[in-house]
Amino acid sequence: MGLPITAREYSWTHADRDAPAVGPLDLEITAGERVLVLGRSGAGKSTLLHALAGVLPDESGEATGELLVGNAPPDPRRGGSGLVLQDPESQVIFSRVGDDVAFGMENLGLPAEVIESRIPGSLAALGLDLPLDHPTAALSGGQKQRLALAGIHAMSPEVIILDEPTANIDPDSAAEVRDSVLSVQTAASATMVIVEHRAGLWLDHVDRVIVLGPHGLLAQGPPKRIFSDRSLSEALIDCGIWMPHGSETTSGGGLSPTAEAAICSSPGDGRGDVLLRAAGLAVGRPRAKAPVAAGIDLAVRAGEAVGIVGPNGAGKSTTALTLAGLLPEFAGRVTAEAALRGESKHARPFAWPSALLAPRIGMVFQEPAHQFLTSGVAAELSLGPRLAGWSDAEVDDRVVQLLDVLGLQVLAEAHPQSLSGGEKRRLSVAAMLAPRPQVLIVDEPTFGQDALTWAGLVELFVDALDRGSAVVAVSHDHAFLDAIGARRVDLGAFSTSSTARAGAGERGE
Amino acid sequence: MPKTTTSNSAPSTAPAHTLAPKTKKWRVVDYVTTAVLGIAVGLVFWVLALSWKILELAFQAFPPSIGLIAGLWVLAGPLAGAIIRKPGAALLCELIAAIVEAVLGSHFGAAVLLSGLVQGLGAELVFAAFGYKRFTLWITALAGMLAAAFMAVSENIMYNAEWQFGFQTVYAVCAIVSGLVISGIGAWYAHRAIARTGALSSFASGRLR
Amino acid sequence: MEDPGQLIPVVRSTALVRCNPLTKITMALILMIGALLSIDVVSAGVVLAFSLLGLPATGLDLAATIRRLWFLPAGALLAAWGTAILAEKTGEVVIDFGPLLMTSDSLAAAAAIFVRVLALAIPLIVLVSTIDPRDLADALIQHLRLPEVVVISVLAASRLLGLLVSEWQVLAMARRARGVAGGSLVRRTRSLFGAVFVLLVVSIRRATTLAMAMEGRAFGRSGRTWRRRSSFAVRDVAAVVHSLVVCGTAIGAAHVLGVWNPIIG
Repeated sequence: MGLPITAREYSWTHADRDAPAVGPLDLEITAGERVLVLGRSGAGKSTLLHALAGVLPDESGEATGELLVGNAPPDPRRGGSGLVLQDPESQVIFSRVGDDVAFGMENLGLPAEVIESRIPGSLAALGLDLPLDHPTAALSGGQKQRLALAGIHAMSPEVIILDEPTANIDPDSAAEVRDSVLSVQTAASATMVIVEHRAGLWLDHVDRVIVLGPHGLLAQGPPKRIFSDRSLSEALIDCGIWMPHGSETTSGGGLSPTAEAAICSSPGDGRGDVLLRAAGLAVGRPRAKAPVAAGIDLAVRAGEAVGIVGPNGAGKSTTALTLAGLLPEFAGRVTAEAALRGESKHARPFAWPSALLAPRIGMVFQEPAHQFLTSGVAAELSLGPRLAGWSDAEVDDRVVQLLDVLGLQVLAEAHPQSLSGGEKRRLSVAAMLAPRPQVLIVDEPTFGQDALTWAGLVELFVDALDRGSAVVAVSHDHAFLDAIGARRVDLGAFSTSSTARAGAGERGE
Repeated sequence: MPKTTTSNSAPSTAPAHTLAPKTKKWRVVDYVTTAVLGIAVGLVFWVLALSWKILELAFQAFPPSIGLIAGLWVLAGPLAGAIIRKPGAALLCELIAAIVEAVLGSHFGAAVLLSGLVQGLGAELVFAAFGYKRFTLWITALAGMLAAAFMAVSENIMYNAEWQFGFQTVYAVCAIVSGLVISGIGAWYAHRAIARTGALSSFASGRLR
Repeated sequence: MEDPGQLIPVVRSTALVRCNPLTKITMALILMIGALLSIDVVSAGVVLAFSLLGLPATGLDLAATIRRLWFLPAGALLAAWGTAILAEKTGEVVIDFGPLLMTSDSLAAAAAIFVRVLALAIPLIVLVSTIDPRDLADALIQHLRLPEVVVISVLAASRLLGLLVSEWQVLAMARRARGVAGGSLVRRTRSLFGAVFVLLVVSIRRATTLAMAMEGRAFGRSGRTWRRRSSFAVRDVAAVVHSLVVCGTAIGAAHVLGVWNPIIG
């Protein structure tokens, strides 16, 4: 049975800040209610959820006012709450599926027989048809999220707290995860509080929407009322949520962003010069025994957008890295044509030294944090052009221009690693675009991004395309690929089925 | 949340980022982060040992001079001490780094566990001597130095036993200097740089002022 | 199903794989003692030979094991080199290039160091590679009575090792993509430290999230129970006896052959 949640003048202030991250906030959530929390980036949505789950670290700040779950302050050790976070990689606790599901029940002190008997049921409820000793490292992102949910299902919690549970998984799996969440909620008739940018995914399944503003509650009410309230639409767009269009037909992938930046301007095939060509290409990790994808033939032209699509485990990321000259071809060849090669004597980008590669082929990795090299946003943007030998004046102009496009002027001196997820993502793309490479290769650029960041990214890519750069995007996000006018290359069609592991490590590689 | 007075009673002139946490009791996040730090440092050690082969060869012309970079091997203790600030963090982290190194494949095998214990103890003793109350550049530097000194003595017994005494002394002096610079002062500035990224917001060491 | 999280995948379940993790660690320590106490070719050679011959019993993917361990002989050679020119210069002069003086005794010491380094490293790596962290947690808590919160936190974090290894490879590629890979030694070193920094930041963030996820599932509450009992069987005794015999043989053989050369004393 669910527990009610009450907040009275509750606020939380991070140690180094003067203004509270959340609140002061007054809130009444009744037992068994399902609540969707919205708010712009930095409005304290995650902090509120962590507070509700009772996992805000003691030493990170100060709380004022009162926050009650049932009739006591939140404490996860009571065992009444279950928490699922955004990053699938950081939530797996043990290396075997069965042990991972058992973790919560063991903490609750359930007898071994009860634990053993509940594991298969919880796995089945979440649609995970796996042996108990299946390695968790071999699961896809969506499966990892469902595994975390299975662990919570087994605990039959009174309160379920979800912090963007579908943000880091592909849109096709998002609906499955949502249904899993709902089945856990129904099974325990638990109170559910969720933060999610993909509002459309949840609107038909929540009782109430809460909109957080900079100073506490901005609005709350049933989803229909909130979304039909014209006076709120400005604030909702500001939240960067994916506005629902119509109703049931939209199950994740079909959503379009609030800002209609999607003006496809790139020319179709056959106009620009061919820059990069793959012939009979097979790709694989270094020292792997077999390729993950083979038989890829591809010509990338100037000003053209190419979307690399395919199921999890089809080798999309590996293909992107190989095209970018970062991994050697497993078989076949990647060649830079004359227009891209310039005076370099090698035709294979993999044979180019780093200094030659960067100004020609840019690569944006899945995890933006991995490619930051400096301690300031402006320095990050100037690095590429400087290495490419631009003059100081040219570099400064470029940096000012990009900061303006990113809307990061005030953060020019901030540490790149201290930015929010969306800011990091936009910076990582802009830093690769800075030296104006002729080919830009990106890996799942829209993963986990809100609608505002999404629109900003589309703008960056469309601009690069207009200037004659080619963009090769690995993406599950068809709305994004449509927005940049990408033709599709389906790796599923090439994939060597024997080696396509069940999405193993598709993310994070 | 249990409250003691350590942070409030400290002189108000001390920067917030040098103060001890509110409590000496370990939280889950302290254990997990100590472990992950140990794992990351152990991994880096292993990678360095591989990619610095050329450098090592240069030192092999006169092996005691390897002490000049050997101070790096005690990095985990001072780093964890400065970041986690709980009693035992330096020791635990250095031990974990040693275990990771051994498991990934160090040519020292299980003996690195012993080295890890000795080096971790060296760093830990310094933080303990200051009662885990203050965490500053110089305390961390001292931790790096003592850890390196402990390392030098144990290495001379375990691995350099065949060396002449003079060489052993040169090795120890080199190691202590490099421990002070790389693992002491280096660890402190690494910690401050990490704090600036906001990654330490759950820790007392993450304060920016 | 092969576990991509393992550094060396276990491909077959053997009696040794099914042994208690504490047994495996005990074996590694016993074998270590066999090679550690003395610097001579014989005691280290016995331990090394046993470890290599016993490799199939570990159920590890042999090709993967070799890929993982290729660098060990290189490291051992370096250690041997150091000994060859630093050891007491007794016996006949073999090589004499000014400061570079090697004698028959220093070369013998170098050979002993080479074999010993391998004998110290290999048993531990292969035995630990067969341990599932969860089984180890069970054993450490149920038999050694180590504090639960510490053991589980540390072992849950250890799962991130595989992730960090692959992240390290990504970081190397990212540096190349940004144009800062290669170049002068100074630049290489700078970009290497940059990567170490990113690795630390990313892993601390991961740790914080993991701790939250664990606490979010009631971790830290008293009265934790265990899904499995960690147990010992006959095979565990047999395994320990085996390693004791090897250790004894190693030490005994060195004494009998008159090459025993203790590190202390």
